[in-house]
Amino acid sequence: MRAWPLADRLAYAMCWTVGAGLCLITAAIVLFMAVKGIAYLRPSLLLEHPSASQSQAGSGGFLDPIEGTLLLTAVGIAIAAPVGVALATWMSEYQRPAWLARAVESSVEMISGAPSVLLAMFGLVLFARPALAFLSQTSAGGSVYGKSFLTAGAMMSLIALPLVVASTREALLQVPAHVREASYALGKTKATTIRKVLLPSVRPSIASGVTLGIGRIVGDTAIVVILLGATIRTEGAGGAPILSVLRGTGGTLTSYVRYNSPAGEGNAHEKAYAAAFVLLLMVLALNLLVMRLSSTTRKDETSRFRVLGILPWTR
Amino acid sequence: MDPLMPPPVRRIALDREPTVVGRSSNGSGSGLAPTVTAPAVEGEERVKRPPAREVLERMRIEGVWLAYGERWVVRDVSLPVRRGEVLALIGASGSGKTTLLRSLNRLTEITAGAVRAGQVTLDGEEIAQIEVNSLRRRVAMVFQQPNPFPMSIFENVAYALREEHPPGGRRKRLSRKELEPRVIDALARAGLYEEVAGNLDHPALRLSGGQQQRLCIARALAVKPEVLLLDEPCSALDPISTATIEDLIVGLRESVAIVIVTHNLQQAMRVADHVAFMHLGELVEYGPSEQVFDHPREARTKEYVSGAFG
Repeated sequence: MRAWPLADRLAYAMCWTVGAGLCLITAAIVLFMAVKGIAYLRPSLLLEHPSASQSQAGSGGFLDPIEGTLLLTAVGIAIAAPVGVALATWMSEYQRPAWLARAVESSVEMISGAPSVLLAMFGLVLFARPALAFLSQTSAGGSVYGKSFLTAGAMMSLIALPLVVASTREALLQVPAHVREASYALGKTKATTIRKVLLPSVRPSIASGVTLGIGRIVGDTAIVVILLGATIRTEGAGGAPILSVLRGTGGTLTSYVRYNSPAGEGNAHEKAYAAAFVLLLMVLALNLLVMRLSSTTRKDETSRFRVLGILPWTR
Repeated sequence: MDPLMPPPVRRIALDREPTVVGRSSNGSGSGLAPTVTAPAVEGEERVKRPPAREVLERMRIEGVWLAYGERWVVRDVSLPVRRGEVLALIGASGSGKTTLLRSLNRLTEITAGAVRAGQVTLDGEEIAQIEVNSLRRRVAMVFQQPNPFPMSIFENVAYALREEHPPGGRRKRLSRKELEPRVIDALARAGLYEEVAGNLDHPALRLSGGQQQRLCIARALAVKPEVLLLDEPCSALDPISTATIEDLIVGLRESVAIVIVTHNLQQAMRVADHVAFMHLGELVEYGPSEQVFDHPREARTKEYVSGAFG
């Protein structure tokens, strides 16, 4: 390194500084949350429903927000995964008409760049229309509430969609042309080729894209606060068993943290920290899963079908 | 002499009789080593292959011109393709031989802007009239890079056989029991069955390169094609796998018409019965392999075969 020109040495030092600084910041965040969270986290918090009460001791845990997180994520991914894979396949294999392909590509990029609060406001206006009243409750006066797991899940799927699309599309473009040609040369149609050869070979990338999408959904607050009603407990709407929960309101860990934080209305900072810690653990676990899915070449795949490591979302 | 100047490239004398390695009949020039025979593979002797018992014309290529967009890649080529013989297409890069091969099963149609003029008939029928997927089941192709699908060995070979469309009947989903004998037959014809018989569910991507290429050949043979097209099948393989596949090709020619594109002149010599030499899209010379290699009629062929360009 002594022999390097000055500019190179400066750049090297800057790389070290920035890298170390970033690691320190991340470690600081994780450690801070861990310390606060472990101080306040009790198993009972994970198992009790929140309840309205005068004293903090009686106000229960955050089981409902945990359920809400899981349910919302499930709804969002159930929409985003198949739509995202289908979009990516169409963009990579068909691309006709060309103007539509360009428009779709731009739209996906625009959605990925849109702030989630923007999507939440759009959802608020959209789902208040009477035509979409079946997705949520209607109050006695006739106005559509517009906030439910279904509506929030629909907007959440938009959050996760660009990640699934990008990951799947990159992997499909990596499959060499002669693999597709080998399938056509056996007298198979394009649809069969996609179904039997291409999609199975990019399964790891689909999985990591979906996991990234889940990570993003789990961490989103704006859509939850605006579109889910942010009630403390999951409130069903109507009598049907599963549909009532989906059409009802609720909260997730993110809205619970906001509600109980000093910036919200609640006064339970400890519970906010505990919930935030649980949320952090979930996100870390998901990120580890993504790393494992995208970096190991599975034993039965050679380097020709190597799985791309994708850039994690930066929001 | 300037020390930085590289030494001159060895010039090949063209006025001498071309000396082709491996031919004992050729009178070699003075001072050259006695004819070199190919190295023995696992103790076996290289025997000159006998001609096939019966030769039947399968495909006829007549006056074919092929273009990608504005550029004509193949100009006015006419060749017969016969069962019982191996036809080798040789030539330098860019001579159009791969394009011509791909047009035989209409794989050129995948590329936008590909144009074909002229006639190619399979058993008398023009291939543009045959439905493309059934054409591709009758004219199968093996590519340069081994490309087994990410499934088990059984599934790879069965992929071609599943979901048949019997004429007039309903689409039937075939079960494993029905497919197994046909899969085993295809693997045996490709010379792979003895090596994988123990476990047909082994993932195909874990096989060696030579085994993967033989799996691709088995996959192509599973549909019992009438013509087999091979696009430089051994270029990515080591010499022992190459020798195995070449023996396989010579053995298969009895039942399937074979067209092989190869860059490797020695391979063409070992394997081919008829050779077509192409240069810049045109068919320069076509004839039996002994004639093209030992006594080429055209000057271009003589130059290529002796290594003056390539």
